[in-house]
Amino acid sequence: MIQYAGLSEINGPLVCLEGVSGVGYDEIAEIKLTDGSKRLGRVVEMQGDKVVLQVFEGTNGISLTNTKVSFTGKPLEIPLSTEMLGRTFNGAGKPIDGLGDVFPQKYGDINGRALNPVARSYPRNYIHTGISSIDALMTLIRGQKLPIFSGSGLSHNKLAVQIVKQAQIADSEGKDFAVVFAAMGVQNDVAEYFRRSFEQTGVIRRVCMFLNLSNDPIIERILTPRCALTVAEYLAFEKNMHILVIMTDLTSYCEALREFSSSKGEIPGRKGYPGYLYSDLASMYERAGVVEGSTGSVTQIPILTMPNDDITHPIPDLTAYITEGQIVFDRNLDQTGIYPGLSVLLSLSRLMKDGIGEKYTRADHADVSNQLFACYARVQDARALASVIGEDELSASDKAIMKFGVYFEKYFLNQGFDENRSMDETLDLAWNLLSLLPASELDRLDEKTIAEHYNPENAKRFA
Amino acid sequence: MNCIYSINGPVVKVKDTKDFSMREMVMVGKKKLIGEVIGVTDEMTTIQVYEGTTGLMPGDPVEPTGTPMCATLGPGIISNIYDGIERPLKAMTKLSGVYVTEGSAINALDEEREFDVTVKVRAGDRLSGGDIYAECPETPLITHRCMLPPDVSGVVEYVCTDGKHKINDVIIRLKKFDGIVEEFTLVQKWPIRTPRPVKNRLPISKPLITGQRIVDTVLPLAKGGTAAIPGGFGTGKTMTQHQLAKWCDADIIVYIGCGERGNEMTQVLEEFSELIDPKSGRPLTDRTVLIANTSNMPVAAREASIYTGITLAEYYRDMGYHIAIMADSTSRWAEALREISGRLEEMPAEEGFPAYLPSRLSEFYERAGYVETLNGKEGSVTIIGAVSPQGSDFSEPVTQNTKRFVRCFWALDKNLAYARHYPAINWTMSYSEYVEDLTDYYNKTVGEEFCRYRQKISTLLVEENNLMEIVKLIGADVLPDDQKLIIEIAKVIRVGFLQQNAFHKDDTFVPLEKQKLMMKVILLLYHKSLEAIEAGTPISEIMTYGFFDKLTKMKYDIPNDKPEMFDDYCKMINDKFAD
Repeated sequence: MIQYAGLSEINGPLVCLEGVSGVGYDEIAEIKLTDGSKRLGRVVEMQGDKVVLQVFEGTNGISLTNTKVSFTGKPLEIPLSTEMLGRTFNGAGKPIDGLGDVFPQKYGDINGRALNPVARSYPRNYIHTGISSIDALMTLIRGQKLPIFSGSGLSHNKLAVQIVKQAQIADSEGKDFAVVFAAMGVQNDVAEYFRRSFEQTGVIRRVCMFLNLSNDPIIERILTPRCALTVAEYLAFEKNMHILVIMTDLTSYCEALREFSSSKGEIPGRKGYPGYLYSDLASMYERAGVVEGSTGSVTQIPILTMPNDDITHPIPDLTAYITEGQIVFDRNLDQTGIYPGLSVLLSLSRLMKDGIGEKYTRADHADVSNQLFACYARVQDARALASVIGEDELSASDKAIMKFGVYFEKYFLNQGFDENRSMDETLDLAWNLLSLLPASELDRLDEKTIAEHYNPENAKRFA
Repeated sequence: MNCIYSINGPVVKVKDTKDFSMREMVMVGKKKLIGEVIGVTDEMTTIQVYEGTTGLMPGDPVEPTGTPMCATLGPGIISNIYDGIERPLKAMTKLSGVYVTEGSAINALDEEREFDVTVKVRAGDRLSGGDIYAECPETPLITHRCMLPPDVSGVVEYVCTDGKHKINDVIIRLKKFDGIVEEFTLVQKWPIRTPRPVKNRLPISKPLITGQRIVDTVLPLAKGGTAAIPGGFGTGKTMTQHQLAKWCDADIIVYIGCGERGNEMTQVLEEFSELIDPKSGRPLTDRTVLIANTSNMPVAAREASIYTGITLAEYYRDMGYHIAIMADSTSRWAEALREISGRLEEMPAEEGFPAYLPSRLSEFYERAGYVETLNGKEGSVTIIGAVSPQGSDFSEPVTQNTKRFVRCFWALDKNLAYARHYPAINWTMSYSEYVEDLTDYYNKTVGEEFCRYRQKISTLLVEENNLMEIVKLIGADVLPDDQKLIIEIAKVIRVGFLQQNAFHKDDTFVPLEKQKLMMKVILLLYHKSLEAIEAGTPISEIMTYGFFDKLTKMKYDIPNDKPEMFDDYCKMINDKFAD
């Protein structure tokens, strides 16, 4: 194998070398330092015989003369095996739990390839999370990508753990259900919190973890979600398992991408992020789905913290344009002690309509969730009015809707970390709350459904 | 031989050559990836590659093809699903499994399929560009008409016999006026970036009927017109596009999924093959072409997908059909332009978009129109483009520039979407410039009162909007009764009329006649109530009659095929107020 000694330029995580031939775009290179240590790099640009490499482990300690570079002839691959469940890896897919290397059943290119839309099956059927607000109002569907938009200091990590702990596939006993967890640029204690929680709740055996901590190299951070998704695709589409992929924190990922892009000298788009941020995010998010010829599914819950709680920031904005809905945290609710403090009106699950109803959950599910949204939207209007003219001046119907709002937040949104509500419990609770209102206010429900479930007697328990 | 010099994402450069022309299609590398020349200088030729460039090496060959990027046009396009450069995705799964692969050279049309061809000309006929020389049924709904390319004319020398033919069989032979003899099959090619010529542009006169009340009544779109649907995420752009694609009265739908979600395309595929068009009794796929270049597919092909789509549409327009194009979303296309422009290190204009963004947008929208084709038929291309403004901010460059080139603007409102009011088209921010052009049509088909009702409904909504400003400050209780009535009736209009349930069997498509009768009943209630209030009846009493709730639900209670029920409603209202 040809080894190229020395480099011509080092810039941030990028190195250049000249006089190279026979190397392909995106290929992986091995960089040997004179002290014996090895690093990996990827070809990101080529011009004639000049090659630009991005070094995964960072360029600390690299000089123009102390390296020998050889090319592997293929893009970055990681070993894949069903034994990866229960194991912990670093951001580039190397085991860090001291249990030795994975014995590979096959190797997978971490970049994946675009799924042919014709080969996809449309996602139907839901994943039960046991969390009322999610199950009733933004149902998670198998094969969906549904991100959580949060802010610093909110309880998104707790919610993620609760989802992992409680998530169930309706028609299986959980034996072919597993979780792939990718942490990108999280603090050490957050990673530790996840590991400990998974261990305590006993789910660790069906979790495969990829950890890139906040002080790990940024280039590795760009690989982390791709490694995780490659494992997820393998388990789902080749081993027919239902895989839930949790990725946190996408904001760190995008920051890493920006850092990398600017060191490459690319023309920045909005807020300094590279112009291809949308395509780059899509290349990860679009790896969720269900394909024909396999009974498995890849469901993604990416978590991102909105910088300054701004939902119009490019990261949440572009994410929500690709993903099939979003779950949004509300700082005000969180501060009033409501867990999970989700902003119901901003949240949405696009695939929900086809994965609920008589065949999957319950016949009245779609109508009830629509009605809850409509009523809760009216709560906001009534509150806005009350803040101007005072609550006493409100009309009787506005007062009723205000009361509904308070109970809805207190009993429906709010639930314990260990509370796992069944679908029936959740929907019945919703009906009890709707029964607080006069039947004529329920404009999204038809007479028949109202007659079947509406009962003002049940609403009295809230008083 | 020309070799690759540098590679950067989808942009490849070739050094020191004069073999390539601008916008020429080229084959790149050993896998023969499809690319297009986008820049030529003395030293360097720049090529954008429509497929993934992983594994390409400097020194790999680049071959010119001598033609610009072309779409293959012929029978077999309808019901198919293509990627951005017209590669058939169904055929690709057979070849390469569930993933999209590079360099799979597949013909856009099935070369083995036989069509029942009827030749329309005889030897000795003089033909000119655009003339139809053969016909064949393509789907049960669409008859395919084979036309002479626009720039060809001559005398027919030979025609084949009627009957089963494959697309590459020679159908006619033509001796052109310059003496050269040319053979024509069922297929032809056309460069995607060049608009197909027409004889005349005709004035806009017919609406595109969609069965969506807010569109048909309040903000109509014309056949041959252009519309934009801007909206932040979650406001229902795609839902609205799907509804229009399902129900509008165009003959053929070209649905371009440009940089959007893969699952959405799967949904269209599944839903459209199950949904039966009530007019023809056939599945909607029989009149639909899908172009799917999802967000994770190569970005350069996303840029091309818009042009591929409109070229297919123009081809069918020339046969005398009315085509509606749904482009979802033009913002992704603009971002593809930005991404490639960035790789070329061009000087960026606003928000990193290239300075030529507005001219590209106008070129695209100007390809819509109601025309007389070269062979004397009438056809139209209507463009409905979704726009995904960054951060839901309508002042961003794509929305603003699109606004300059479309005449119908359906702004989606996130507050309506939060309250699950769909379609979430905001009636105060949106506009349609086609209302006047279409008045004649409405007068003739549904009666002169239609436009009068429409105007009154719009006025009431505007009045409500102004009143709400006051209500927000001091509450509704202090308003006088006639103003309270406006608020109540506007609520009926909003919830009972503008809001439309896509999942309800009757409400998903509503004929113009029913739309008119709904307006009639609502306005009757308004006028009767107003009279009563002026005569001293308090509004609180009128509300107890229950008409307001009843009219809110009449969209569900009155089936589309029972318009006579509206008379009962009118009678009920008249009788009650007469008491």
